[in-house]
Amino acid sequence: MADATADLAGASPAKLTTADGRPLKSALARAQAKARRRAFLLVLPLLLFIVLTFILPIGQMLHRSIFNDGFAANMPQLTQWFVDNPVGTEPDESAYAALAADLKSAAEAKTIGVVGTRVNYEMSGTRSLFTSTGRKAKNFEPPYMQAVLEADDKWADPQLWGTMRQVSDAYTANFFLAAVDLARDTEGKIVQAPEDRRVYVMLFERTFLIAGLITFLCLLLGFPIAHLLATLPLRYSNLLMILVLLPFWTSLLVRTTSWIVLLQGQGVVNNTLVATGILTDDTRIQMIYNQMGTIIAMTHILLPFMILPLYSVMRPIPPSYVRAARSLGASSWTAFRRIYLPQTLPGIGAGALLVFILGVGYYITPALVGGASGQLISNLIAFHMQDSLNWSLAAAIAAVLLAAVLVLYWLYDRLIGIDNLKLG
Amino acid sequence: MKKLLILSTALTGVAASTASADVTVMSWGGSYAVSQVEAYHKPFTAETGINVVSVDADNPATPIKAQVEANNVTVDVADVEYADAIRLCDEGLLEEIDPAILSAAPDGTPAMDDFLPGAVTDCAVATIVFSTVFAYDSSKFSGEKPDSIADFFDTATFPGKRAMRKGAKANLEMALMADGVPAADVYALLETDEGVDRAFAKLDEIKADTIWWEAGAQPPQLLADGEVSMTTAYNGRIFAAAVTEGKPFEVVWDGQVYEYDLFVIPKGAPNLEEAKKFLTFATDTQRLADQAKWISYGPARKSSGALVGMFMDGKTEMGPHMPTSEANLTNALASSYEFWVDRDSELNERFNAWLAVN
Repeated sequence: MADATADLAGASPAKLTTADGRPLKSALARAQAKARRRAFLLVLPLLLFIVLTFILPIGQMLHRSIFNDGFAANMPQLTQWFVDNPVGTEPDESAYAALAADLKSAAEAKTIGVVGTRVNYEMSGTRSLFTSTGRKAKNFEPPYMQAVLEADDKWADPQLWGTMRQVSDAYTANFFLAAVDLARDTEGKIVQAPEDRRVYVMLFERTFLIAGLITFLCLLLGFPIAHLLATLPLRYSNLLMILVLLPFWTSLLVRTTSWIVLLQGQGVVNNTLVATGILTDDTRIQMIYNQMGTIIAMTHILLPFMILPLYSVMRPIPPSYVRAARSLGASSWTAFRRIYLPQTLPGIGAGALLVFILGVGYYITPALVGGASGQLISNLIAFHMQDSLNWSLAAAIAAVLLAAVLVLYWLYDRLIGIDNLKLG
Repeated sequence: MKKLLILSTALTGVAASTASADVTVMSWGGSYAVSQVEAYHKPFTAETGINVVSVDADNPATPIKAQVEANNVTVDVADVEYADAIRLCDEGLLEEIDPAILSAAPDGTPAMDDFLPGAVTDCAVATIVFSTVFAYDSSKFSGEKPDSIADFFDTATFPGKRAMRKGAKANLEMALMADGVPAADVYALLETDEGVDRAFAKLDEIKADTIWWEAGAQPPQLLADGEVSMTTAYNGRIFAAAVTEGKPFEVVWDGQVYEYDLFVIPKGAPNLEEAKKFLTFATDTQRLADQAKWISYGPARKSSGALVGMFMDGKTEMGPHMPTSEANLTNALASSYEFWVDRDSELNERFNAWLAVN
């Protein structure tokens, strides 16, 4: 210690050092780095978890929406021919030779179906052309043009060659085009999809509309309940809170199927109305398997997501504020509007954002109770994931949905401010 | 990367396979799965000691594709429709099945001659012939009963809601037959745009009155709840509800669309040897005949036909309830897998668009 003091006395005042002679600045930095490392190690499991289960899958999804090498990977020679020859080149003998060789090897490797499926996405009815010609390909002899055309004269179709050229590029925007009801014609120009197949834009609109409506309904129903919960004495409010939480803890499927039991044509609600003479047997109300079913069931299921943030914001608001406003002459409406409501805004914002974003992505409930008119865009994503197995299109629609939600989130941040959000 | 895919595509809905060498069989659930458990799984376990786990899916072809592509196969044997079997096989997602492992008929007829035509393909072995039919609740119609496919679309004469499978397959065929197209011309007509338009125009007539089902167990439920008065359904499901539960449901065979259901082995099945053993066992003459004791689907082997007798209640003759019985085939259509492997995505896309627009 004596040495250090001596050193300090001798050194210029700008250069502070620690007891062991190291500059204070670097020693401090090192100590802080150590603490930071330790803190980082603490959050590392969470970070890894989020990267593995959230960021990577989303990246993968985005990649899949623009990447599909079903054709390029399995038809290498023909893909090369497309690279070597510019758009508009008539397929010649060398093209057919490449086609024949690729068909043969793809048929042997059992990947011909993948190729056919990829082309079939863009041009319907071509899948079996690939599989059937693939079966004959092992017997092809030169000249290949003649051999392939003899196997099936559909191979001469210029539209087919145009489509094959398009899909020979593994990276494509076609799935995104399809996700917003656009398509490419044979020359590669972007055009509207045929009218009888336009569905996605309409479903996006419907999804946002219904999610907005559900958010509004949740707010309308949830606000008074949250207020009641926040102002009642604790022993009553706890009991009420359980009534809110109980359905929240119940399985989603159970709640949805309960709504089926209640709302269906021969269900509890209709039967009661008929029994009390309000309705007759012929005028039973169709409350399920349509949009109404989706709205009722989803409002109920999402209601706790509105009540809980509202409650957590309302609870600490001192009742004396409103009383003070009233004593200063404000009407009850003015006191509510000017004093109480502004203080609950962070809760309204949080609840509305939660309900809306959850609502936009809901699919089990609309699938079960939505019938035809209550289907949302997520049902089509599920359809392409599970039925048509066109995962690239599913990824593209999901990416559009994600982008739309991010835009709304950004708007929300600009208009209301994300700092102004209180979840609890 | 593969592992990530497994995590991210959590859509298989299947419990992880168990550690021991159990055979996991994925099927369609409901009374159909029960018939398989009784006719195949239990006797197989009794004979070999290999446990069979039965899991359900709305359409097993979907999880199979997802599992093989994600390289996380938990299913050893799956029960799929014909078009899906062909499609998955062409995409290299299924193990090829050597017909030599199939057992011969009791009289020595080789398996390949004993199975019905087309019932054994490169990757799949048919077990049953099932049919999409329409059925009605007879208590809802006191006077005239529906007896033709056209009646299904006639809500003026036969009021009440309808239910149909949510998808293009079988619905388009039935719509055309109801519109007066002979069964033999249906697929030729559906190849044309006019034909498809005509089918959708026919569906338009009942669109507002129709509820769309997805799982095979739903239609009997919708009928039982009184939610609909008529529904299309897999014939075995209606039979099960009518005979075992005594529901007043009647099947109308006019305009039925029948096809095979097949067993496949997904590529990379964890217990391949056991799966093959199971396949050999389950598709022998006796097993296929036994299944008809539990559900009214026709066996895919000629030699099984003669062994089909009574339903398990011991008093219901199965013959008249089979899709393949002579009387039920007067106006019937064999589903065309060639048509559906090609047109499935296009027509379903159009179907979805049609459905979503009010």
